[in-house]
Amino acid sequence: MAKQINVALIGNPNTGKTSVFNRLTGLNQQVGNYPGITVEKKQGTCKLSRNVKAHVIDLPGTYSLNASSLDENVVIELLLNKNDKDFPDVAVVVADVENLKRNLLLFTQIKDLGIPTILAINMADRMKRKAISLDIEILEEKLETKIALISSRKNEGFDSLKELITNFGKLNNKPCLNASVIAPEYFNRLRKTFPNQDLYKLWLVITQDVNFGKLDRQELKVVASFKTESESNLKRLQQKETIARYQFINKVLKETLIVDAANAKDLRSRLDRVLMHKFWGYIIFFGILLLIFQAIFDWSTYPMDWIDSTFASFSEWTKSAMPAGDFTNLIAEGIIPGLGGIVIFIPQIAFLFLFISILEESGYMSRVVFLMDRVMRRFGLSGKSVVPLISGTACAIPAIMATRNIENWKERLITILVTPFTTCAARLPVYLIIISLVIPEQRVLGIFTLQGLSLLFMYFLGFASAIVSAWLLDRFLKVKSKTFFVVEMPNYKLPLFKNVAITVLEKTKSFVFGAGKIILAISVILWVLASYGPGDFNNAESIVNEQHISETLTDQELDTKIAAFKLEHSYIGILGKGIEPAVAPLGYDWKIGIAIVSSFAAREVFVGTLATIYSVGSEEEETIKNRMAAEVNPILGGPLFNFASGVSLLLFYAFAMQCMSTIAIVKKETNSWKWPIWQFTVMTAIAYIVALGAYQFLK
Amino acid sequence: MLTIATLKKGQRATILEFSVDVVPLKLLEMGCLPGNEVELVQIAPFQDPLYLNINGSHLAIRKETAEKIEVKLI
Ligand SMILES: Nc1nc2c(ncn2[C@@H]2O[C@H](COP(=O)(O)OP(=O)(O)OP(=O)(O)O)[C@@H](O)[C@H]2O)c(=O)[nH]1
Ligand SMILES: [Mg+2]
Repeated sequence: MAKQINVALIGNPNTGKTSVFNRLTGLNQQVGNYPGITVEKKQGTCKLSRNVKAHVIDLPGTYSLNASSLDENVVIELLLNKNDKDFPDVAVVVADVENLKRNLLLFTQIKDLGIPTILAINMADRMKRKAISLDIEILEEKLETKIALISSRKNEGFDSLKELITNFGKLNNKPCLNASVIAPEYFNRLRKTFPNQDLYKLWLVITQDVNFGKLDRQELKVVASFKTESESNLKRLQQKETIARYQFINKVLKETLIVDAANAKDLRSRLDRVLMHKFWGYIIFFGILLLIFQAIFDWSTYPMDWIDSTFASFSEWTKSAMPAGDFTNLIAEGIIPGLGGIVIFIPQIAFLFLFISILEESGYMSRVVFLMDRVMRRFGLSGKSVVPLISGTACAIPAIMATRNIENWKERLITILVTPFTTCAARLPVYLIIISLVIPEQRVLGIFTLQGLSLLFMYFLGFASAIVSAWLLDRFLKVKSKTFFVVEMPNYKLPLFKNVAITVLEKTKSFVFGAGKIILAISVILWVLASYGPGDFNNAESIVNEQHISETLTDQELDTKIAAFKLEHSYIGILGKGIEPAVAPLGYDWKIGIAIVSSFAAREVFVGTLATIYSVGSEEEETIKNRMAAEVNPILGGPLFNFASGVSLLLFYAFAMQCMSTIAIVKKETNSWKWPIWQFTVMTAIAYIVALGAYQFLK
Repeated sequence: MLTIATLKKGQRATILEFSVDVVPLKLLEMGCLPGNEVELVQIAPFQDPLYLNINGSHLAIRKETAEKIEVKLI
């Protein structure tokens, strides 16, 4: 078997670890110019030579081995657990050449753990612009390591990096800093109690609460006895350690690093002056938001209309091209319309991810965090909550994961709980189809359309309910946590087309396939339930014929009547009638009821479900929208989708927590069932009450 | 008492000793060490948060933290 070397990429946030990972493995993980893009472990393989392969692990960024947020814990848990199957044979510390001093702090800590360590100094392409010069040879000597000067943007230096990884056995493991100089007496005591343990590692175990896997129970108890040292005393020692490390680094860099400040061209200060301006900064930010909405509402309607009609004719074509029978019906009436319901909003999702990824890649996102922190704090959120709230307009799942870099647990929890209120892309198809049915096509003030404004209002409503509930949660939630906030302001960078394109492509793909699977399954189930039934269902033709025996009906009218009768007496019809009493006060019939229930799996299923239900038994090629427009309210007569029921539906979808994946991710991120269950119950209750009120008021 | 929070935009100062009980370790690790030079680059409305350049590291911190870090003007 070929030899496998475990390689871990470690480094400060935003130094290009994921870019290096992508270069080494040929994979396409998401890259962005915002600290905290990677929040989980990612793995890949890299071929080093003919029979040596590397198993590469990309990790979240961390400033040191003293973790203070969840994404940083991932790194420490891996490095302190020798039994982990991913435990690195060699660590590659990826450093940003512009911030070498701070990056070396982490480097010295990792080297002191006794793990063979290579230093990869990234972003070499920026050295000239910033007038930085480095003496690599002396640096290697002083740090007792091997260095690769690389640029993942220009793909330079990777051969030598790979060679260093292959020969990791030749690296020396001498620590940079003798841990016991921090507090000789304390460390002597440690050494006496644990003669066989690595002191620095013990020190890390003592000073923080991470999960150490298989550390011996007995040992843990003794370790705990060392914790009795007062907490502020331990902190003081940690501070001492950090200062000692920086002294070492300063000494090393004095001889090896020259930055000619006079020659450095600085784009940052000029852009910051405008983008972070007390007044213009906000105007620009809201301008950008407006531009995003314009793209989503307006520009993407053209491809969407085209997709809608293409799927309608595709379904028709399938019916005529394949032999008639149950299987053909399943495909033409169940699967194709169901999938059409999701494919239709690819354009909007792509636009959304495009903008978000450009904002991240350019370095602008951190500026938004800065601008919004004070405002958000009033509502119990953090400036860093802006990123989840904005990316929540695409999808709540990555958005909730993006809360991991919020240091304060209460702010983070509130952000997680309110993010599902923001209008995610899955709500869009529901909103669009209902708005187009119940809001007149009218222009206001010449430029805006009434429909566009309604959609804008729905987005506004989403943000407003997120903010208001955050404010309420802030007042009523009793969660203890220390407040602390720090965010790095990265350099501005021209977004790399490739990075942006990959993000858009990958995200759209995973979104479509993720939702696609659910929709496929649900539409098959629905179709089966709608195409079969007990008792009367099987005698539909004779019953309907009898009922209308005295009237003169064309064959076609008769067929429609039979199809409607069948649907009502199918399994799904019986189920739907069962829940009708619960949804009728909101203005819905049993078909909408079924669509709502099935969309608790994922909201976008709504349109697909209606499409499937309506197309069962129908012969004509019709777009989903036309079918919905033709529906008649069974109790009141008149169109089923009128203003009152439409508004009630819109509001229901604005507030209800209908997404199994979100519930799963909230469970994972809060590590308990309590929060997702609570969130689900409260959101659904609000949705029901508001929709009820709206319908009863408007009807 | 002169702290980072009392600096004016564009002013530079040297960080003095501070207590670990009030200033988080993470800030230290990001380069905010006694003896280092700090420049106040930008202030958000209501004086909060503050955008700093500490020895080449660009960070934003909240006022409540900045108030606890004493400095000496240069
Ligand atoms: N100029 C230049 N930019 C680079 C280079 N490598 C990465 N970048 C950019 O640096 C930014 C951060 O890259 P990532 O690969 O996401 O960094 P990371 O270390 O994985 O970041 P986190 O996961 O957030 O910790 C992106 O905007 C990249 O395009 C390089 O060699 N040169
Ligand atoms: Mg990354």
